[in-house]
Amino acid sequence: MTTETIQLLSPEGERVDHPQYPLGDEVDIKGMYRDMVLVRRIDTEAVALQRQGELGLWAPLLGQEAAQIGSARALSAKDMAFPSYREHGVAWCRGLDPIRVIELFRGVNQGAWDPEEHKFHLYTIVIGDQTLHATGYAMGIQRDGAEDEAAIVYFGDGATSQGDVSEAFAWASVFNAPVVFFCQNNQFAISAPSERQSRSPIYQRSSGFGFPGVRVDGNDVLACYAVTRQALRAAHEGQGPTLIEAFTYRMGAHTTTDDPTRYRLASELEAWRLRDPIERVRSYLARTGQADSTFFAQVQAEADELAAKLRAATLALPDPLPLELFDHVYAGENAILDAERAQYAAYLETFEEAAR
Amino acid sequence: MTRLTLSRALNEGLRRSLESDPKVMIMGEDVGKLGGVFRVTDGLQKDFGEHRVVDTPLAESGIVGTAIGLALRGYRPVCEIQFDGFVFPATDQIVSQLAKMRYRSRGHVALPIVIRIPFGGGIGAVEHHSESPEVYFAHTAGLRVVACADAADAFTMIQLAIASDDPVIFFEPKRRYWDRGEVDTAAPLTDSLPLTSARTVLPGDDVTLLCYGPLVRTCAEAAIAAREDGRSVEVIDLRSLSPLDMATITASVARTGRCVVAHEAPVYAGLGAEIAARVTEQCFYHLEAPVLRVGGFATPYPAAKAEDHYLPDLDRILDAVDRTFGF
Repeated sequence: MTTETIQLLSPEGERVDHPQYPLGDEVDIKGMYRDMVLVRRIDTEAVALQRQGELGLWAPLLGQEAAQIGSARALSAKDMAFPSYREHGVAWCRGLDPIRVIELFRGVNQGAWDPEEHKFHLYTIVIGDQTLHATGYAMGIQRDGAEDEAAIVYFGDGATSQGDVSEAFAWASVFNAPVVFFCQNNQFAISAPSERQSRSPIYQRSSGFGFPGVRVDGNDVLACYAVTRQALRAAHEGQGPTLIEAFTYRMGAHTTTDDPTRYRLASELEAWRLRDPIERVRSYLARTGQADSTFFAQVQAEADELAAKLRAATLALPDPLPLELFDHVYAGENAILDAERAQYAAYLETFEEAAR
Repeated sequence: MTRLTLSRALNEGLRRSLESDPKVMIMGEDVGKLGGVFRVTDGLQKDFGEHRVVDTPLAESGIVGTAIGLALRGYRPVCEIQFDGFVFPATDQIVSQLAKMRYRSRGHVALPIVIRIPFGGGIGAVEHHSESPEVYFAHTAGLRVVACADAADAFTMIQLAIASDDPVIFFEPKRRYWDRGEVDTAAPLTDSLPLTSARTVLPGDDVTLLCYGPLVRTCAEAAIAAREDGRSVEVIDLRSLSPLDMATITASVARTGRCVVAHEAPVYAGLGAEIAARVTEQCFYHLEAPVLRVGGFATPYPAAKAEDHYLPDLDRILDAVDRTFGF
């Protein structure tokens, strides 16, 4: 089997045509450029906030902007996205306020947004679990008879080793579920290179399960958009699942607790810098005269303003109230839990009495 | 009143739920054409279709994981895990996802999923077909854990579990599937005992005997036998293993002053340990004897020809009852 990688915009910013993925003027390239710059700025600010002790942790998306923005901009308002925990760019495209994601990493809650409000499910930290949720959701779409809806699920190269991902592939295939499996192969599961997860290219995994797989240049926002759009169309039209492997590179650490210099060479990072997902769009826009320095300066100013607002909002986040930790465990009654809440409230009350 | 086996009562209960709520679905291995290896779902696929009674691929994590996705879409899946020992591949989805999603979404997400698990021994089965894994789930916040013991309760409890907006792990006593009992299929569900309540099976004055699932019948037989020795044993079927109905338990023990807990699961760190601790805290001045436990040993479930030694039978339960009078 040959390994073809779909590319519509070269690292040098040259537009490349692909017969299977025609792309016309309908694509808002400048909008995608703006999205990528803004989410990279959010990401940079979040890393800084973590370094300053304002966040407990952050999982940087640096380098994966094109994979996330391109795929997420292909979604319709009705399509449902299931993220792992690094999909800040997808969250942005779904209209989720970045402070909701910050809340999780600051530890004031566990990522408590309403998934239905933005058609963006909760972040999932246990690797691969969400692939089954997306598949089940897609089975629900089938049962509802909704023809113009699909689910898309984000996961990484490491997740492909999890049993749940194989089970999701099997389920989606035999039930012909309208789900797109979007694997961001960012080359590393913390320190383990993708060769430790699979000897064959990841996108070829789907053939054994009986559905198509495609590899796309994950640093090419246009290719990610076009390939995802086509996979979603197939799902909408009853053609079942597609696996997309977005071949990209995690330019930052796994999380802010990680030290990637222990497991990879600086030269490798430098090589991938030349394939930067944002720079190639900037080159393309500038060279084709679609954008000038004023546009780029405006976007950068907007990004800085967004980051400043996000920082202020982060510092203003209140800690949760102690007794709130007992809320939302159950929908119905639980006398055991109620007794614990009452007992802890009485205990806290003793401190207030002492302070009076 | 109709006389039904426990298996048939569950089947009738499932049928009611499928009829009353179009979002209810059944999914699992062999639940469709075959009707389940214990025939609990017999005939349901024929009557409700393959979209609502789904024969799944053979993977337990996949069953629970896709059920979560279906619940996110507004469905109420009832999953069947074929045997107790096969639930462990699904444990990650149950413990890490199903149990916690309401909590971490601060109430935005409800997962009204029932996971039915035939449990317990006494059927001469091979390994992994006779276990009692209820405490793993009782220890997990966010799950409700219940066990039915007879046909009448099976009929109502399965419907209440499906109607619950919380995830419910529903244990079925597999060696009692063919026991018959009177079931009032005409009574409205609202009249039935809530899912969170324990039930007094036989009233008594001298000692409280707590049990659930397959041992309810054994304990009732033990209580009747104890009458010959002049002992009045109150048998309580816990029904809800998480949360425990401590109000019913402590009201009984405060009256009898003695308490024995019986379960097939290993005694060590079992549900009896939790009950003993709570009864000691809440009934300390009423107790005439320490709370005693009788159950499985601290061994893996043994080979079938040895299971009669492992399972608490009438005599071992009566022995524990006798010992509470020795203090």
